[in-house]
Amino acid sequence: MTLEIIKPGLATTIQDLGRPGYFHLGIPEGGAMDRLAFRAANLLVGNDEGAAGLEAVFMGPEIKFGAEMSVAVTGAEMPMFLDGEPRETWTSFTVKPGQVLSFGFLKTGARIYIAVSGGIDTPPALGSRSTYPIGALGGFEGRAIAAGDVIPVGDGSVVAEGRVVPDALRRRPGTPAELRVLTGLYWHRLTEKSQKAFFDDDWVVAPEADRMGYRFRGGQPMEFVDRPQPFGAGSDPSNIVDGCYSYGSIQVPGGLEPIVLHRDAVSGGGYFTLGAVISADMDLIGQLQPNTPVKFKRVEMDEALAARAARKALISDIRQSLS
Amino acid sequence: MKTRYTYGGDEHIYVEIDDEMSLDAFFIALSLSNMVREANIPGVTEILPANASFEVRFDPDVIAPDAMMEKIKAFEHQAEAQEKRLDTRIIEIPLYYEDPWTHETLMRFRERHQDPTGSDLDYAARINGYDTVADFIEAHHSQPWFVSMVGFVSGLPFLYQLVERDKQLEVPKYLRPRTDTPKLTVGYGGCFSCIYSVRGAGGYQMFGITPMPIYDPEQKISYLKDFMVFFKPGDIVKWKPIDRAEYDRITQAVEDGTYTPRIAEVAFDLDAFNDDMTGFNAKLMEALNDA
Repeated sequence: MTLEIIKPGLATTIQDLGRPGYFHLGIPEGGAMDRLAFRAANLLVGNDEGAAGLEAVFMGPEIKFGAEMSVAVTGAEMPMFLDGEPRETWTSFTVKPGQVLSFGFLKTGARIYIAVSGGIDTPPALGSRSTYPIGALGGFEGRAIAAGDVIPVGDGSVVAEGRVVPDALRRRPGTPAELRVLTGLYWHRLTEKSQKAFFDDDWVVAPEADRMGYRFRGGQPMEFVDRPQPFGAGSDPSNIVDGCYSYGSIQVPGGLEPIVLHRDAVSGGGYFTLGAVISADMDLIGQLQPNTPVKFKRVEMDEALAARAARKALISDIRQSLS
Repeated sequence: MKTRYTYGGDEHIYVEIDDEMSLDAFFIALSLSNMVREANIPGVTEILPANASFEVRFDPDVIAPDAMMEKIKAFEHQAEAQEKRLDTRIIEIPLYYEDPWTHETLMRFRERHQDPTGSDLDYAARINGYDTVADFIEAHHSQPWFVSMVGFVSGLPFLYQLVERDKQLEVPKYLRPRTDTPKLTVGYGGCFSCIYSVRGAGGYQMFGITPMPIYDPEQKISYLKDFMVFFKPGDIVKWKPIDRAEYDRITQAVEDGTYTPRIAEVAFDLDAFNDDMTGFNAKLMEALNDA
């Protein structure tokens, strides 16, 4: 069973739930940016939630199916057609050999997830099929898919058509999108004025936004508490002795544009970080388009853990609604 | 040491041993992170040692953040008392300074640099008080370096110079990071040298390039067959300056599968090193030259 790629889209990659365990070597966890949508797509076609699928950003691919299989597309809202006939997102449907799936223009969100019954069956690298293009690791030959690629699909059984994730169980960013932040790490480097401004200011997603990190602009330049720079850090007040970064951590090189590291994060570097976006809001970032207005909201650990529990409950509700 | 514990969101704890770089801070960070690893605490998913800090990633559904924090803190005194000694290896890394590829790249990103009129090496030599680039290059490769962190991307080593602090070279990072750096560029930022394991973005000054790959996801290169990443923290490096002919020869040998890096097993003892840096480094070099 195969998928033949007719048009690849912009930067469509094979992803799963990632390869934890190698970040200490600079190899990030990777995996789907919007894990909730990704899990839902797999559940819709009867797969394990971690089966490999496709992540496409801003623009959908065109795919010819080599066999009969179940398909579901979740995540962003993008019109979708099977041999020219419209199909619904967040809903399972069956395709026949030779049929072609194509997409229209993106309406809301940023990333779609395409799951097929059986899951994509490229060889795993370090325990995962996720594509890490910078390290030429995983996925299809370590890179984004290209026209003409023939992607292997594992054995799976076709499920009922019309299985659907109810609208109430889908998650999408609001306007402005709200990202909850736990302050910490090098938060003390900022002056009180800049600490306050970070949460008061209106930000928008900058064009430089990808799987490694999302950059934001529109807020005021940040001011730092005066100090002699520590030995080895470098002369800019935003420099630190190179340390490890965490997923979701927010660095602000030169105090100018905050960058939130995402699934393909660099594991370390020499810029101060002011805190991190909470784990429950990481999925939302994956659905932000450039120029989307964003507010950062300060929360405490108990709220972060409650949000994490709520997100787990949501996944469990999706599981139940499809069981 | 001014050890500082802080959360990085709800899944990470960051421990900064010291805000400035020193091998003392490195060894405490390594010991503490090793203790956390050996304790096999349920819920810990990743442990990342860095230059003078380390990070623990954990699953807060398995262990509460404050409980995780207490467990790490409990090891602090024991870690500080640990012997600062490592059984490790010294590796000779061929380095082609002022190569055409990093030169082409640094010219392309000149407007992001502190000194758009010269090269990165011109600038680094001048601000470190060297009369000529050749003198600066000599200072860069004359003494060995210590791998104090692996990370950023795909097995990239950060290297710390094994000399007195007042002799250490220091350069700022680019004003704005480049979007491109040739694969295997030898860079410099703060007090650290690095080797860019893969092509990509970067903010370190560019001094040259090595023909010796240090990351191979296909694991085809002879000395990367066991694991795709070459470096680990504690490795010691001696740069060997080479010219274009030698660069081409080694590149071909790597391709043919006949290149073997020169490596010697050594012990690194921080107290012995601090007592007599010149003598200690001379012994490291002797071990390498005998290999």
